Amino acid sequence: MEWNALDLSLKLAFWTCAILLPLAVMVGRWLAWNHFRGKAVVEALVAVPLVLPPTVLGYYLILSFGSTTTIGRVYETLTGHGLVFTFDGLLLASIIFNLPFAVQPMQRAFEAVPMNVREAAWCCGMSHWQTFWRIELPLAWTGILSALVLTFAHTLGEFGVVLMMGGNIPEQTRTLSIAIYDRVQMFDLDSAGVMSALLLCLSVVAISVVYMLGYRSRRNHG
Amino acid sequence: MAEFDPGLKVRVQQDKPVSLNAEIYCAPGELIALIGPSGGGKTSLLRIIAGLAKPDDGHIFCAGETWLDTEQGKNMSPQQRRIGYVFQDYALFSHLSALHNIEAALLHLPKADRRIRATALIEMVNLSGLEKRLPGQLSGGQRQRVALARALAREPKVLLMDEPFSAVDQVTRRKLQYELVQLRLRISLPIIFVTHDLNDAMLLADRIYAVSRGETLQSGPPMELIRYPDNISVARLMDLQNIYEGQVIEHDDDHKVTRVRWLDYELEAGLQKKYSPGETVNWVVPRSYVVLHRRHRPSLGERENPVRGIVGEITVMGENTVISMWVNRQREHRLALTVSNHVAERNSLSVGADISVSLLQQGIHLMPLQARDISRDM
Repeated sequence: MEWNALDLSLKLAFWTCAILLPLAVMVGRWLAWNHFRGKAVVEALVAVPLVLPPTVLGYYLILSFGSTTTIGRVYETLTGHGLVFTFDGLLLASIIFNLPFAVQPMQRAFEAVPMNVREAAWCCGMSHWQTFWRIELPLAWTGILSALVLTFAHTLGEFGVVLMMGGNIPEQTRTLSIAIYDRVQMFDLDSAGVMSALLLCLSVVAISVVYMLGYRSRRNHG
Repeated sequence: MAEFDPGLKVRVQQDKPVSLNAEIYCAPGELIALIGPSGGGKTSLLRIIAGLAKPDDGHIFCAGETWLDTEQGKNMSPQQRRIGYVFQDYALFSHLSALHNIEAALLHLPKADRRIRATALIEMVNLSGLEKRLPGQLSGGQRQRVALARALAREPKVLLMDEPFSAVDQVTRRKLQYELVQLRLRISLPIIFVTHDLNDAMLLADRIYAVSRGETLQSGPPMELIRYPDNISVARLMDLQNIYEGQVIEHDDDHKVTRVRWLDYELEAGLQKKYSPGETVNWVVPRSYVVLHRRHRPSLGERENPVRGIVGEITVMGENTVISMWVNRQREHRLALTVSNHVAERNSLSVGADISVSLLQQGIHLMPLQARDISRDM
């Protein structure tokens, strides 16, 4: 068992969720209640990581954030290190790759909040901000939570993008899934088995939680 | 300086998304009903008054405040307007208890005061003991009461209700109607409710606004609209079925009647001189002004606008029997009348039986001629 890899994976999953939570709530809520020209294109862009091979996404991320690109150079000037083959780059890739896993359930959750309930809140004198905190979030929380669980689990298991963007640097970019691959390559099947079993358990728990929340949400709205 | 008007005054006009051309006035303590067919713009009007939608053109004044004035570019938000809105499906906050639903409309008060006021409102709508229940654990009638209490919590300047009785059973409906009548004795604010059910409007409203295709066609006390509809559209909205076309023959000032030709009859209506002799008009007579002659026992009253025919259709509806009479035995000239079941039985009424009726003079109302197809907007 590589504890460093587990630690790094958990750290990556945590920060991915932490950054995606406000971002996906904002985007999901916006997509749920606004109709505009080009909405389908925005939704498609959010969904692209679902269908794109992770290696292809990783390739384009390297192209976009490499040390020769403007973004890469600016980031290096600001932080003293680049994005590619660093934890920061890994995090950025993870955020982009998990965008649909976070945004789509949240969008569905906000769509399930009836428009007239929001209007009732306004008629009760609540500001838009109060309506968001007191009405929309409590009604959509099951969707938001399941999006986070899904994102967390998905980040733990991510391999292709992580390998492309982060490589395999111990304690910096070597996550649990990379470590499993590495161990199998070295015929250390026992270690790979322990780590795989851990990921399997985490995945089963995460998916169970997502389904449980789904039932709860349907019961509340139904 | 303009005189202070404590009532609600609305004028709106727009083409899209729903065509609207409406003027409404509701005094404090007055309850007005907007009636009309579904999709006729009633709810849109309510939403505009609430500030949930903005018309192209119009103004709304309430209790001395200008809520909307498109010319001045003024449009207050729903939060600023202080309205109480009971939504059609109540739109309760499903994650909050009955008490917390009401408290949600009291955020402007300190927390302790919210509880006191919400509890008082719970008592007012007879929901004591159910404070902690979630909306999903309440019956339709109880949910409506929570919605009403929530709408009243902010001490609104106007109470708006969208089809408030549409989602409850008949017994609950009666109970809620009774409670609304009781409630009106305690609050004095303009109340507007939207309904497509004429019975609700007749029972509760001081005045009715007939709304069709977004236009307020006529307003007045319920009986006035039934007795004197301005045109066929209003007559149909008031569920009047006996609408016909006739020709004014003459006005008789001595007898205070206007004579009208209809089929081979010369009918006498109350004097209505705004129509000229020779003019083709529509005329209407409510069912309650059609009196069945006792068969085989003629009486003096039968001289008043007698009309003959046969029973075309006969339907028992509760304690009454609704008869569709085919005037002069012609199916295309139908006259609807209602009699008590015992009257129908005593007269041995059955399909095909010869009958005659009197159209009471004071019930015959003339209207300007309107193309038939235009009137069919229900």
